[in-house]
Amino acid sequence: MYVMFLLMGASLMASLIFLGAYIWSVRSGQFDDKYTPSVRILFDDKKKSKKSDTENDSGINEEEKK
Amino acid sequence: MAIKFDQYKTGHSDIEKSESLNCFHCGDPCPDKSIAVGDKIFCCHGCKTVYEILNSNELCEYYDIENTPGVSPKKDLVSERFAYLDDELIQEQVLEFSGTNVNKVTFHTPAMHCASCIWLLEKLHDMDRRILSSTVNFPRKEVSISYAINEMKLSGAAALISSLGYEPLINLDTVGKREQSSAEKKLYLKIGLAGFAFGNVMILSFPEYLSRVGDVDPVFKMVFGYLSLVLSLPVLLFSSRDYYSSAWAGIKSRTVNIDVPITLGIGMLFLRSAWEILSQTGAGYLDSFTGLVFFLLIGRIFQQKTYDVLSFERDYKSFFPLSVTRKINNVEAIVPVSKLLPGDRIVVRNQELIPADSVLLKTGTMIDYSFVSGESEPVSKDAGDFIYAGGRQVGPTIELEVIKEPSQSYLTKLWNNDVFNKPRFSRLNKTVNQVSHYFTLAVVGIALAASLYWLQFDTRMAIRVFTAVLIVACPCALALSSPFALGTALRIFGRKGFYVKNTEAVEALSKVNTIIMDKTGTLTKSQQETIEFSGARLSREEQQKIKSLVKHSTHPLSRKIFQALDTTATLPVTDFEELSGKGVQGIIGGDKIKIGSGSWLGMPVEEIDIEDMKTRVYLHINGQIKGSFLIASIYREGLRPMLAKLFKQFRLILLSGDTEREKATLVNLFGQEEDLHFRQTPEDKLNFVISTQKGDTHVLMVGDGLNDAGALRASEVGIAVTDDVSAFSPASDAILRGENLHLLPTFIKMSKATMSVISASFIISILYNVVGIGFAVSGMLSPLVSAILMPASSISVVAFTTFSTSMRARMMGLS
Repeated sequence: MYVMFLLMGASLMASLIFLGAYIWSVRSGQFDDKYTPSVRILFDDKKKSKKSDTENDSGINEEEKK
Repeated sequence: MAIKFDQYKTGHSDIEKSESLNCFHCGDPCPDKSIAVGDKIFCCHGCKTVYEILNSNELCEYYDIENTPGVSPKKDLVSERFAYLDDELIQEQVLEFSGTNVNKVTFHTPAMHCASCIWLLEKLHDMDRRILSSTVNFPRKEVSISYAINEMKLSGAAALISSLGYEPLINLDTVGKREQSSAEKKLYLKIGLAGFAFGNVMILSFPEYLSRVGDVDPVFKMVFGYLSLVLSLPVLLFSSRDYYSSAWAGIKSRTVNIDVPITLGIGMLFLRSAWEILSQTGAGYLDSFTGLVFFLLIGRIFQQKTYDVLSFERDYKSFFPLSVTRKINNVEAIVPVSKLLPGDRIVVRNQELIPADSVLLKTGTMIDYSFVSGESEPVSKDAGDFIYAGGRQVGPTIELEVIKEPSQSYLTKLWNNDVFNKPRFSRLNKTVNQVSHYFTLAVVGIALAASLYWLQFDTRMAIRVFTAVLIVACPCALALSSPFALGTALRIFGRKGFYVKNTEAVEALSKVNTIIMDKTGTLTKSQQETIEFSGARLSREEQQKIKSLVKHSTHPLSRKIFQALDTTATLPVTDFEELSGKGVQGIIGGDKIKIGSGSWLGMPVEEIDIEDMKTRVYLHINGQIKGSFLIASIYREGLRPMLAKLFKQFRLILLSGDTEREKATLVNLFGQEEDLHFRQTPEDKLNFVISTQKGDTHVLMVGDGLNDAGALRASEVGIAVTDDVSAFSPASDAILRGENLHLLPTFIKMSKATMSVISASFIISILYNVVGIGFAVSGMLSPLVSAILMPASSISVVAFTTFSTSMRARMMGLS
C-alpha cells in the first residue's frame, strides 16, 4: 500500500507543474488582453520573401489578385 | 469576454455599402469618380493616399479581412504636429520603456474598430523597418510600438500611424496613468492558487468521506492531513488576504461588514483543522476552507465587469490637449501645455481648445463654451477680453496671452473641491453590510449559548461546538449573492448601452429618489439644432439673397441660417454691416435686407416672445417683416414619456448652464416650473447637489460636460450621457449612450428588482445556515456534512440569483 506515496508524489508534481505554468501565464500578461489574440490567430501568414524591394512594381499583382 | 465589433464601430462603417459609389478605403459615399486608382474609387485624397501607401507596401490584405475597413485620415495634417513628443520631459511621461537601442510606446487610437485595423497595426514593421514590432490590445484600443531609437523619433512613430488614419490620442490623462491591471493579475493568481489547493485537498480528503473509523491506515491519515495543511497555507496567507484587510477596515470604522463573519469563519476553519490534524484527533475541514475561498474569489471576479475602452475617471486633464503652439518673437513652436507660463503668447486654430485662462489679442472671435458652461451658443469676444480655459475656438486662428498656468485656471480649480477627494459611495450603506451586522451578532450569540450549554457536560465538546457554529455560519452564500446578482445586472445594462462602473453603483442607483438633469448635451443632442422659418413663403431668389448676406457674417446664428438654406450664395452684397447684438444688413440685387433681433427691426414689444427672444431671428426685406427663423435645440427621442414616468416616482430637477431661452419647452416637458434652474455655473451645480443631499435624499445626477463634473462627483450616482462612447466624458459612475436615455426609468427599476432578488437570496442562505447550525450545536458537524453543505448552498444561491436577475430583466424587456 505504501506505493501510494509514490503515486501521490507524482500526481502532486504534475499538478504543481500546471500551477507553475498558470502562474507564469498570468505574470507574463496572457490574461491582459483576452480578445485580440482570438482575432490574430485567424490572420494568414504571408511569405515575406521580398521584403527589401517591394517599393514600386509589385503592387499591381496585388491588385489583380483581389 | 465576448466583445462584438459593433460595440466599437465608429459611425462611418454603419453606412450601407453599395459597391459602386462608396469609397474603397473607408466606405463613405463618394461625390463622384474623380479620385480613383484603377477601378477603385475614393471619397477623398486622404483615403487614396492611405491606399497607395498600403498598396506600395503589399499590405492590401487589409481590405480582404473586412469590407471598407479604413479610416479617413485627418485633412489638416501638419507634419510638425507631433514634434512636441520629442521633448525629453514629454518622452519621459509617454514612453513605456526606454532602452539603449529600443523604445516602447503605447498609443491610444480610438479610430481602431475592426479586425483589419488589428492586422494593419500589427504589420507596421513591414511598412517601416525602423519599427521593430507592434502589438494591438483591441479592447483597450491601444497599440504598443517598439522602434529603433537611433533611426526613429517618437514623433515619427506617431506620424506614421496618423498617416494611416489611426491618429493617436495623447493628452495629459493618457500620459498620467500607466498603472497596469496588476490588481486583476493578483486576483487571477489568488483564484489559481485557491483552485489548485481546493482540488488537491478534496482528493486527499476523499478517503475520509467514504470511510468509517479505523478503515484508513493512520499513517495515510497523518500524511494526507499534513499535506492538506501545507497546501492550504498559501490560501490562508495569500488568496484570502483581501477579506482580512476589508474586515479590519470595517472594524476600525465601527461597522460590521460582510467580511467580518467571513474572516471569522475562515479563521476558525483553519485553526480548528490545524488543531485536529496536528493533534491527530480528526481530519479537519480544509477542503471546505479552500473551497470557500475559491468560490468567494470567483464571485469577486464575476463582479468585476470591466469596460477597458471606457474611462470613468477622467478629469479635465483628459479633455485638454498635451501641446499648444507658442509664439516667441514671431517664431511658432509646439510646446507641452504643462510648460506654459503666464505671459506666454499662444496661437489657437479653429476648433482647438484654449488650454489656459488668457487674454485675447488683436482680433475678436467666437468661443464655444458648450462643454464647459452648458451654454449652447458660442460667445463673442473682443480683443482684450479675458477668456477662460476650456473654450473651443470657432473661426480663424487667434492669438492669446496666457494669464494663469493651466492647472490654476477657473475651470480646473473645480477639481480642488473636497468632493473629489472623498471616497465614492461613502454615504451608501450596503444592504449586505446591514444584514451582516445582525447576522454576525446572532451567530456569535448562538455559538456562545451553545458552548455554554455544552460546558455543563464536556469542555472539549463546548470548544468544538463553538468553532463548528462559526465555521458553518460562515456566510459564503450570503457573500456570493450580491456579487452575482449585481454582476448580472451590470452585464445586462452593458448590453443596452448603459456602462456602469461597478456593482456599488448599481446598488446606489436602486436607492435614488431625486434626479437632477443637465440640459445641453444631456436632454438635447449635442451639436445639433433645427432651424424653421415661419412667415411668408420665400422665393428661391429671396433665399439666394439671404444666403449671400449671411455668408459674410461669422455670427453662429448667421452660419446656421447659411447652412440651413439649400441654395447658392453667389450674389454680390453691398453696404454690408454687422451690428453686434443686433443683426446684419446689406443690399443685394437692389433689396435692402436686414436679419436680426426683433427689437432692432422695430417689432412691437408685445409681439416678441420674451422666452425665445434669443433664438428667433427676424427677416426684414425693404422695410417689411417677412417672417422669422426659429432656431431650437433637438431634444432626444422619448424624452416626454421618460420624464412623465420619472415624475411619478422621483423629484425631478433641471440644472442648466444655459439661459432661460428654452424655458417654455422645458416647463412643458417637465410638467412643472419650480425645479428648473438656469444660468448655473459649474460651482452652482456642485453646491446645489450638496445642499439637496440632506436626510433621505439620494441624488442621481445626469450630465455630460465638464461643467457637470463636480455635480456628478458629489451626487450618489453620476451618469454621464454621451453620443460617442470613446469621446470624452467627465468622471462618473456610469456612462450612458445618448440614444438609450429613454430607458433610464427601466434601468432604475431593474436595479431595484436586483436588490429584491438579493433580499430573497439572503433568506435562502440564512435557511441553509439554520440547517448547518442545527448540525453544529448538536456537535454533529462532520467534515463530510460541511463539505456538502457549503458548496451546495453557494451553488444554489448563485444559480438562483443569476437566473432570477436575468428573468426580471427579460420581463422588463432589457435582455
